Amino acid sequence: MLNPMNISAPWPRRRLLKAGLAFGAGAFLPRLEFARGAEAPARGGQLVVAIFPEPPYLTSALSTLGPAQVVSGKIFDGLLTYAPDLTPRPQLAESWQVGADGLSVRFALRPGVTWHDGTPFTSADVAYSLLTIWKQLHSRGRSTFANVEAVESPDPLTSIWRLSKPAPYLLSALAAVESQIVPKHLYDGTDPLTNPHNLAPVGTGPFRFAGWERGNYIVLERNPTYWDQPKPYLDRIVFRVLPDAAERANALETGEVQLLMSSGVQLSDLARFGAAKELAVERGGYAYTAGITSFEFNLDRPVFQDVRVRHAFAHAIDRDFILKNVFYGYGAIATGPIPPSLTQFYTADVPLYRFDLAKAAALLDEAGLKPDAQGTRLTVNFDPAPIGDSLQRAAEAIRDTLGRVGVKLQLRTQDFAGFVRRIYTDRAFDTILYSANAAPDPAISSQRFYWSKNFQPGVAFSNGSHYASAEADHLLETAQAESDPKERRALYVRFQQLVQTDLPTIPLIAPEGVSVADRRARDYSVTADGAYGNFAEAYLVPK
Amino acid sequence: MSAIAIGFRLPPYARFLARRIGQSLALVFCTVLITFTVINLAPGDMVDVMAGEAGAADAGYIALLRQRYGLDQPVPVRLLHYVEQLGHFDFGYSFRHNKPVLQLIGERLGATALLMGSSTILAITGAVLLGIMAARRLNTATDGIISVLALLAYATPVFWVGLMLILVFSVKLRWLPSGGMETLFSGLTGPARFGDLAAHLVLPAITLALFHLALYTRLLRASMLEVLRQDFIRTARAKGLPERIVVGRHALGNALLPLVTMVGMQLGAALGGSVVVESVFAWPGLGRLAFDAVGERDLNLLVGIVLFSGLLVITVNLLVDLLYSWLDPRIETQ
Repeated sequence: MLNPMNISAPWPRRRLLKAGLAFGAGAFLPRLEFARGAEAPARGGQLVVAIFPEPPYLTSALSTLGPAQVVSGKIFDGLLTYAPDLTPRPQLAESWQVGADGLSVRFALRPGVTWHDGTPFTSADVAYSLLTIWKQLHSRGRSTFANVEAVESPDPLTSIWRLSKPAPYLLSALAAVESQIVPKHLYDGTDPLTNPHNLAPVGTGPFRFAGWERGNYIVLERNPTYWDQPKPYLDRIVFRVLPDAAERANALETGEVQLLMSSGVQLSDLARFGAAKELAVERGGYAYTAGITSFEFNLDRPVFQDVRVRHAFAHAIDRDFILKNVFYGYGAIATGPIPPSLTQFYTADVPLYRFDLAKAAALLDEAGLKPDAQGTRLTVNFDPAPIGDSLQRAAEAIRDTLGRVGVKLQLRTQDFAGFVRRIYTDRAFDTILYSANAAPDPAISSQRFYWSKNFQPGVAFSNGSHYASAEADHLLETAQAESDPKERRALYVRFQQLVQTDLPTIPLIAPEGVSVADRRARDYSVTADGAYGNFAEAYLVPK
Repeated sequence: MSAIAIGFRLPPYARFLARRIGQSLALVFCTVLITFTVINLAPGDMVDVMAGEAGAADAGYIALLRQRYGLDQPVPVRLLHYVEQLGHFDFGYSFRHNKPVLQLIGERLGATALLMGSSTILAITGAVLLGIMAARRLNTATDGIISVLALLAYATPVFWVGLMLILVFSVKLRWLPSGGMETLFSGLTGPARFGDLAAHLVLPAITLALFHLALYTRLLRASMLEVLRQDFIRTARAKGLPERIVVGRHALGNALLPLVTMVGMQLGAALGGSVVVESVFAWPGLGRLAFDAVGERDLNLLVGIVLFSGLLVITVNLLVDLLYSWLDPRIETQ
C-alpha cells in the first residue's frame, strides 16, 4: 500500500480505482451516441475493474481501505443508499423513522432478503453488526455509533436503536461501504478480525464472492436470488490488481480493463482518455466520499501559535495554480473544511485568503519574522503524505511560492507507515500536506481534525494540528446532537467561519472524483458513492 | 568443520555438502536476524498502516490491533517467538493478508518461477549466440553492433523498456496483452490456454531478459576471447577439428564458467522477483508481495519471503558449485 513508486497509496477512504472495460472491446468501436440509461439495460457480460492496492480482506465492516470498499460494496447492501445529492434512499431498510425526541430510530427491514448462503436476513444481523462490529471494530463506527445505547429487535423485520443523545448524522452513515451488515450466523462467537469469511464474504448484495487469486484478481458473480429482480444485469465483475499507474492506463486503452476510478487515475492521462473514442471520462459522482486536500500546521511549534504567521502562509499558497496544474482542473478551490459538494452544510461566506505575496510578507514582518541576509525568514520541515503524485507535486508548488516570501520549506519524504508514525505518534513535524475524507457529514468526517478531544497522539488522521478552541468544540458538539437541519447548518456555518479565521489547517482543494470507463459500461455510478456502489444497475451495451 | 568434528570419515562430496549446508544455515539465520532488525528500525508498524488506511480511529482501536498482532511486545521477545516458530518449520501468519505466510508464498511462486525461468533461458541463449558471434568476429562491424546494443540494453531502465514494449505491441499494434498472466475466464483449455499464457509471458520475459542478456553477452564475449587464445584451442585446431567443434565444445565449455557464476548469483537474487517488471506487467509474483510487505510493515511475510529466497539462493549456489566441477573437472568439490 505504500507507494515508493508511482503508486497511489492507501488513503483514508479514498476510493481507489476501478475500471471496467469489456474484455476485448475492439479498438475501434464506433462511438455510441445514446444517452446513458436511455435504452433498456442489456443482460450479461463481464466488467473488469482495476484496483490497487490489493485489499487485506473483503469486508469493509473491518477494513475501510478504499479497494476493500469497492469490492465489498458489490457483495453487501446497506440499510440505506444515497442519491447523488446525498438524500437517503431505502435499500435493506424499506423505511425509517426518527423519534420526535431524536432519541430513537426505527427501521422497517425489507422482507424476503436472504444471505448468499440462503439464510434469511433479519434484524438480528443488524443488531449484531452495530453492537459488535461497528461500535467496536470499525475505525469510524466507534465514534459514529457511540450514542447508540441499545438495539431492539422486536421482530425479524424491525430494528429500533435507542440513543443517549440525538445523532442526526447516523442516517448519513448507513451506506453499505460505511456501515456494512455482516451475517450474524457466520460471525457470532468467532473473532471477527480473523473470521475466514472476511476473505470469502457472504453478503446480501447483487454479486456473490466467487474467487480470489492473490496479487492477481478477485471475481464476483451474479446473485441469482437478489431481492431487486431483474437486477443485477452483469454476469460477473472481475477486479484486477494493477499496481502500476501506467499499466492501468494501458490496460484501459487495450480493453483489458473497463473501469478506472478516483485515485487509480493519473490526472495527467485524462486528456488522452478523453480523446479516445472507446472511453468516456465521467466527472463527479462521489459526493459520499468527497475529500479535502489541506495544509496543516503543528500548533505545538511556537512560531505557528501566532495567527498572523498562519494567515501569511495562506496568502502565500497559490490554490488556483495548484488546481489548474496539479489537479488539472478536476476539483474546486476549498474555502474551508467542508467541501462545496456537501451543499447542506457548505458556506463560502468565510474569510478567504487571496494569493498575495506582498500581504504575506507584510504579515510575516508584523509577526516579527524578518528576513535575514539571505532573505530567509523561517525554515521549517514540510511532510506531504506519501499518497499519490498529486500531493507531492502540490507540495513542490507550495514550497516555491512560500520560498518567494522567505519561508523555506524543507520537503521530507517517507513511506506511509513512516508518515503516520512521524506525524501522529512522534509529532516530529512542522507542517504537513494531506488529503482526507470530508463527507458525508461533518460530524463523521471534518470534526475529527478540529475537535480538541480528538487530539490523540498515536491515532492516524486525528487532530494533528493540536487545535484546541473551546468555541469550536462547543459548535461541533452542539451541531453533532442538533436535530433541526436549519439550526444544524447554522452551527456548521459558524464553525467554518471560526476555523477559517483561526486557520489551524489551510484547506486548499476539494478534488473531484473521476472515473474513466469503456463507453459500453453504463450506470455503474448512480448513487452518491459512485463506483463504490453495488453495481446492481450497471450493464454493458452489447457490441 | 573438520572431519574430526563430524566424528567419522565422510566421502569428499558428502563432506563438502555437509560443510556448505552448515554454513548456509548460519547464513540464513543471520539474514533473518538482519531483516527482522532492519524492518523494526523503520518507523511505523503494521497497525500504523492499517489505522492510517482506515482514515480515522481511536486509541482503543489501535491498542486492540497491536495486542491482536503481538506488536505490543518488545522486539527481542517477538524475535525469539519467531525463531521458536521457525524451529517448528512454521513460517508464521500474515495478519495483513489473513493467511499463513507459506501459503502466500506458495501462491506466488509459480508465477515468479515461470517468469524468471523463461527470462533466464532467454538471456543465456541469446548471450551464448551473441557472445560467440562477437568474439569470433572481433573488431568487425558485427562485434561493434552487438557491443553497442548490449551497452544500450544494459543502460536502459527496465521499467521504461517494459512500458515501451507495451505501448508498441499492446496499445498500438494490439498483438499482445498488456499485462496479467492469462486472460481471465476465457474458458480456454489445453493448447489454447498454453498459447494464451505464452502470449502474456512474452513481453515481461523479454523485458526482464534484456538487461541480463546484455550483461551476459559482454561477459561471454570477454571470456571467449580469453579462451580462444589458449594453447589447447590451438592444439584442437592443429588436430584439424572443425571450427564448430573447437568453438562449440572446447572453447565454449571453458568460457561458460564465469557466466555460470554470474547466472547463479543473479538467479538467486532474481528469485525474490523483479518488483519493477511485476508491477509494470501486473505479474502476480513474489517480488510485488515482498515489496508490498515492506510498505505494509508485514513483518512475518517479509521475513518469510527473505528466508525462503535465502534458502533458494543457497540451493542454487550449491548446484552452481557442483556444475563447475562438471564443466571443468580440474575444479574439485573441496
